[in-house]
Amino acid sequence: MSAQSAQLAENTLQGEDGTDQYLTFILDGEDYGVDILRVQEIKGWEGATPMPNMPEFILGIINLRGTVVPVIDLRKFFKMKSASFDQTTVVIVVKIQDEEHAERTMGMVVDAVSEVHNIDKSDLRAAPDFGGAIDMNAIEGLATINDQMIIMLDIDHLMNSGVLQMLDDSQPTT
Amino acid sequence: MSIDLSEFHDIFFEECTEGLSVMEEGLLTLDKGADVEEINAIFRAAHSIKGGSASFGFTAISGFTHVMETLLDEMRDGRREVTREIVDLLLESVDVLRDMVTAAREEDESENQRTAEVQAKLERVLAGQAEAEPEAEAPAAAGAGSDSAASPAEAAPETEEPVQDADGTPAAAAGWKISFAPHESLLRSGNDPARIFRELERLGRLEVASDSADLPLFNAITPENSYLRWDLTLYGDIAEADIRELFSWVEDECDLTLTPFSAVEAVPAESEPAAPAAAPAEAAAAPAPQAVPESVAPDAAPAEVAEVAAKPSPAAAETEPKAAPKPAAKKQASNKESGSIRVGIDKVDALINMVGELVITQSMLSQISSNLEEGTTKNFDKLLDGITQLERNTRELQESVLQIRMLPISFSFSRFPRLVRDLSKSMGKQIELKMTGEHTEVDKTVLEKIGDPLVHLVRNSLDHGIETPDVRREKGKPETGVLELCAYHEGGDIIIQVKDDGAGLSRERILGKAVEKGLVSENEDLSDERVYNLIFMPGFSTADKISDVSGRGVGMDVVRRNVRDLGGNVTINNNAGGAGSTVTIRLPLTLAILDGQLVRIGQETFIVSLVSIVESLQMKREMINSITGQSELYRVRDEYIPIIRVNRLFGTREGTEDLLDGLLVVVESDGQRVGLFVDDLLGQQQVVIKSLETNFKQIQGISGATILGDGTVALIMDVPGLIQKHFESCKRADSGRAAAA
Repeated sequence: MSAQSAQLAENTLQGEDGTDQYLTFILDGEDYGVDILRVQEIKGWEGATPMPNMPEFILGIINLRGTVVPVIDLRKFFKMKSASFDQTTVVIVVKIQDEEHAERTMGMVVDAVSEVHNIDKSDLRAAPDFGGAIDMNAIEGLATINDQMIIMLDIDHLMNSGVLQMLDDSQPTT
Repeated sequence: MSIDLSEFHDIFFEECTEGLSVMEEGLLTLDKGADVEEINAIFRAAHSIKGGSASFGFTAISGFTHVMETLLDEMRDGRREVTREIVDLLLESVDVLRDMVTAAREEDESENQRTAEVQAKLERVLAGQAEAEPEAEAPAAAGAGSDSAASPAEAAPETEEPVQDADGTPAAAAGWKISFAPHESLLRSGNDPARIFRELERLGRLEVASDSADLPLFNAITPENSYLRWDLTLYGDIAEADIRELFSWVEDECDLTLTPFSAVEAVPAESEPAAPAAAPAEAAAAPAPQAVPESVAPDAAPAEVAEVAAKPSPAAAETEPKAAPKPAAKKQASNKESGSIRVGIDKVDALINMVGELVITQSMLSQISSNLEEGTTKNFDKLLDGITQLERNTRELQESVLQIRMLPISFSFSRFPRLVRDLSKSMGKQIELKMTGEHTEVDKTVLEKIGDPLVHLVRNSLDHGIETPDVRREKGKPETGVLELCAYHEGGDIIIQVKDDGAGLSRERILGKAVEKGLVSENEDLSDERVYNLIFMPGFSTADKISDVSGRGVGMDVVRRNVRDLGGNVTINNNAGGAGSTVTIRLPLTLAILDGQLVRIGQETFIVSLVSIVESLQMKREMINSITGQSELYRVRDEYIPIIRVNRLFGTREGTEDLLDGLLVVVESDGQRVGLFVDDLLGQQQVVIKSLETNFKQIQGISGATILGDGTVALIMDVPGLIQKHFESCKRADSGRAAAA
């Protein structure tokens, strides 16, 4: 999956018959999805420059055609067991917005991207409180495709309240 | 107005702005004594604004400038003495003109009351009645029975008198208003209005304004018909008969009205119908003509007045919605403004030269490479030479491109002579402004953002710093206070100082206020410097009374915030010898580029700003000392400096641990020297600073990132931040040990 094909999918199928398109990806055998309109591009993992005094899930910063973009390891952020990066490991570059509508570009490393699905928002099921490592608010809902459960992430919430807020809290003590 | 011309509007506005600055600067120097050259320069500036505005159809601007020009002309010929009052009036006119230009730029067509007032004042001065003005104004306003009755109402009663006088003694007239409305058939009889105007010009100075309101749509135009009307103003002592004579050929084919004027006449269209009208109508009309000047036709006097009088309320209502969208429009305009930059032709030429060089180098390189033979090193040396040349060219090119963004600080300083003059006058102080280093160049962004803080500082110095002349005399200082603005380069920074020889900062007063506001506790022992810098705290002001100049306590903290946003810092201190205080602003020259030293720690490359590096050295065992087994110090000549192990501070396990294996980079910040322990020094290069905050957040000890030649990202160390972080972590370690014990 290249950036262009994601772009193409965005242009041709966006918002058709009231459904939203989600890009799904895999983390340790589980399926996750993000709103495809938020995905800027997908690129292979080429390493990152680490930043000082950062939690483990912040891998560092990469050069995205002249822009400095931070990259997080989603497995580590979700406190899943970490895996070595291989050929399918990719960085999904997403655009997120905070409360003040300032836009940021961030990258997240996932095991692999799988597919693009059309999902009707009304088909999403609310996730039960399962007491996991993910803040419940970061989950938009659960969808079922071909008997597979896909966890739909609210990327804004995940990055703002999750990643950046956690850094703010941890900063003074590091 | 044709579309073609509007293309040039931006240039015209730019030129107006320049011309206005020239006029303002020139007028300010006139304070110190009249200089014919200077008056000429002002005159020329006014003249070109008039010419430009007339050709682009901004008749209001050209009309106004014309009156100014008349006054300047008299000054130039020595017919009028240069007095402070006249200079004040002209400066006020420059302000009005600037507003008019801004209004024209924003296509804001609402009338400005001040314009008419100042124009009336100018005309009064021209007619030599400057003294009579205040008395005349009061009864006029009272008669109109309304505060909002501005110049038209004032002007009208004043003109009435001379009109009556003129009946008997037309020789007293200073000029004529001529309303000339040809019938459609005028041209058919072979008469050309332009010829008449030319003749009129021989009688005296002539001002022509045309009214094209009756012009039909293009497809309805008959080329032989005349659709235009003209309002002419003829200055000088001219007999009515002389004028009538010129129009004698066309008398039957036009409506001609001649009105003499001697004292004041505001916008002709307004005052003329008002004069013959009855007093009540006048009062009612007063607010209206401001909003609807176009509707007042010059020839049909009484009927028009009635019409205007009948609808003052819609007119007033109309001004309301016009005012509302203005802020939005203004915003748009200022956005547009920041998008362009005026660059000196020499800089552009230098750039073109360099690109030429680059092209030559490139062709040289390709020629050499085509001559390269596989397996031999025949042309190898040439190739290397070429690459060296390319490198030099590239660097020069980069510097020149950056030069384009650099503007002299005088762009920011130029507003101060006027500001100081006006403020010192209103505060009854005598202040001399000295400026040095106006040609120091600084990045455009820095320049734009430093203006407001500087205004705050200058105002503060004028208000709090420099005393009134009698206080100064008591203190044995010269009555005239000196305010000094200077700018100079120091290393990679630009330093801007605002110095005054006033009262200086009072430690007691600042401390008292700070305690009162709860910023510090009463028995805290603070250094002078810390006390002085308390005035940068939000909400801090020691001014005894709140004036429109300062005292609301918003100034200094805004100054500090703005300066910090630009990556600089600001300090304040009393001058040595107890005469006044100095505010020093230190700013980086440019926000985009940094001369960096690349250093290696473990696998990672970091960048240290070259300017902050004092020296780099290899450590010797016997020079390494430690205090309490924790803090490490290194002796450099006669100085002990703390060693910062950057890898530990950054929490990485990478990097050399043995001090003897690495290098010590001695850096300085705010007078404090520390040694950064790194593995190795790499190269030096200019790096483009990329903000981390755009997509992430600020990290203590890191001021940004950059992209290296191989495409990887490297972090730029923030030396002051690192030092602060180091001492914080030392403290924490201390308290941690204390807790453990």
